[in-house]
Amino acid sequence: MERKNNLMTWVDERLPVSSFIKNHLTQYYAPKNFNFLYFFGALAIVLFALQILTGIFLTMHYKPDALHAFASVEYIMRDVSFGWVIRYMHSTGASLFFVVIYMHMFRAIIYGSYKQPRELLWIFGVLIFLLLMAEAFFGYLLPWGQMSYWGAQVIVNLFATVPFIGPDLAEWVRGDYLVSDATLNRFFAFHVIALPLALAGLIFLHLAALHSVGSNNPDGIEIKLTKDKKTGIPLDGIPFHPYYTVKDLIGLTVFLIVFTTIIFFMPEVGGYFLEHNNFVPADPLVTPAHIAPVWYFTPFYSILRAVPPIFNSQFPGVAAMGAAVLILFIVPWLDKSKVKSIRYKGALYKKWLAAFVLSFLILGYLGTVPSNIWGQIPNFIPLLGGLDLATFVARVFTIVYFAFFVLMPFYSKKDKTKPVPNRVTS
Amino acid sequence: MSKKYNGFDKDRRKFLLTATAITGAVGISVAGIPFVTSMKPSEKAKAAGASVAVDTSKIEKGSLLTTEWRGQPVWILNRTEDMVKGLSKMETNLADPQLKVTSQQPKYCQNPTRSIKSDLLVVVGICTHLGCSPTAKLQPKGDMGDNWTGGFFCPCHGSKFDLAGRVYKGSPAPTNLVVPPHKYIDEKTILIGEDQKDEA
Repeated sequence: MERKNNLMTWVDERLPVSSFIKNHLTQYYAPKNFNFLYFFGALAIVLFALQILTGIFLTMHYKPDALHAFASVEYIMRDVSFGWVIRYMHSTGASLFFVVIYMHMFRAIIYGSYKQPRELLWIFGVLIFLLLMAEAFFGYLLPWGQMSYWGAQVIVNLFATVPFIGPDLAEWVRGDYLVSDATLNRFFAFHVIALPLALAGLIFLHLAALHSVGSNNPDGIEIKLTKDKKTGIPLDGIPFHPYYTVKDLIGLTVFLIVFTTIIFFMPEVGGYFLEHNNFVPADPLVTPAHIAPVWYFTPFYSILRAVPPIFNSQFPGVAAMGAAVLILFIVPWLDKSKVKSIRYKGALYKKWLAAFVLSFLILGYLGTVPSNIWGQIPNFIPLLGGLDLATFVARVFTIVYFAFFVLMPFYSKKDKTKPVPNRVTS
Repeated sequence: MSKKYNGFDKDRRKFLLTATAITGAVGISVAGIPFVTSMKPSEKAKAAGASVAVDTSKIEKGSLLTTEWRGQPVWILNRTEDMVKGLSKMETNLADPQLKVTSQQPKYCQNPTRSIKSDLLVVVGICTHLGCSPTAKLQPKGDMGDNWTGGFFCPCHGSKFDLAGRVYKGSPAPTNLVVPPHKYIDEKTILIGEDQKDEA
């Protein structure tokens, strides 16, 4: 015991380990009323670490070369000892990362965690989400299957729709006139080093911002406003360690049950986590009959498809898809409500939120299926006759999606809120 | 029976903490197995390292065939009767003529000719010093000097071996050349990489 203390003192004089542990774990006070939605932040960190770990082991066997990429993935699956486990951990991890992040963002939206003083925390979060989408997109090309190839082809061509510089931009991104070995090589570089590095930096900033303002909670009450007069500790706060570390371990255990069940029993999840067409090697001469992005991109893909060409340009659709993500950045300033949490917001806000969640889910579903899935609107209906019914529905919900944000300043102001108590409730 | 302090049952806490830590440690260790084993030679590498069959009928008396097994040169020397007889002559100059270092050959080659059939020698052509591949100097004398009775000479650091791959005294190489596991699948065909059933 004596020796250990001496060693710790020696280290502390040179690196403030003990005070760091105090400030960020044992004497970092988090609200005591977290519910299950608060598991997802911790889970996201675990998944990030897991993706890095499995990624390192995959790069030991993977070859970023158009001639060898597909075969090297099959080599990992068949010849490398336990290669299949590592690859399925990585592919399942990618999909579950988005499940976790979407839940994490939903949590932030319903409890108003983006509101003052947490605007910067939210902005870092949206940046992480953006980079995560890029990371997933770059990674999806690497197996060099048909879906990898044509998915990349479609997404890169989105850049080509930018007015004036578009075609040159797309060529610059690809490094060739078509998606080729050059594209694969640079996507590999982005996927394994550039974006993970940037993500690590942003996660650090996200956590630093979190620890300087403190966590929000389901009541949307600032626990720092009610402190014990003697100790200065928030009355509604409990030390992060051991209370939330232990609680997060339970959440992690439940998560791992789901995670391992998918890995061992349904790694492809019916074509949603790993698409069937991606088990066919990339062929620049044959496009698969139905191209759909992986499920986590489908709401945005639906928005892209829903917007009709204007002046013979696809750019409005691309711009709408971009705006669907970028609009998240300004949410802290769109919400004019006096209260943070949904618990004290009125019926008007709840209706809008429900409409938004519904539109996100429906757009997500529509992105996974061909646009003619529901047939056409009968010709006798004026204006809309002949239009694919699914496209029409996607247009309606695209409008709902954007209305949730654009009209937020109005309905959040008009909304009848309930009085917020001084202390957390549950 | 447990002691309670301020309503906390310390023994129970300690038990739960230890049990959780042990469970977690076991879980993490088991989860580490796939990662560690994934770095071992893959099935493809193992297949490439599998046994190699060599037809010896085309090797003339007194000549050497070099084949490859696990990326290493393997020599098959078809020794003449004179060569086989000559093996016993230089024994006093050898470092280990009695094959005391048994790891250098399988049991069934633990004999004066270091081979299954007395004329056919199978050795890994890698010097036991630092891994160079020695040059065959099968003929007596020549540039190896008048005392040379035929064998192998390592160009890197000058180790000398006789026609049974046994190392000469004074060579930097510490041990005899390695005889790989091998067996005859018929009269003339050697399978390198698989042991012969021990009959000797």
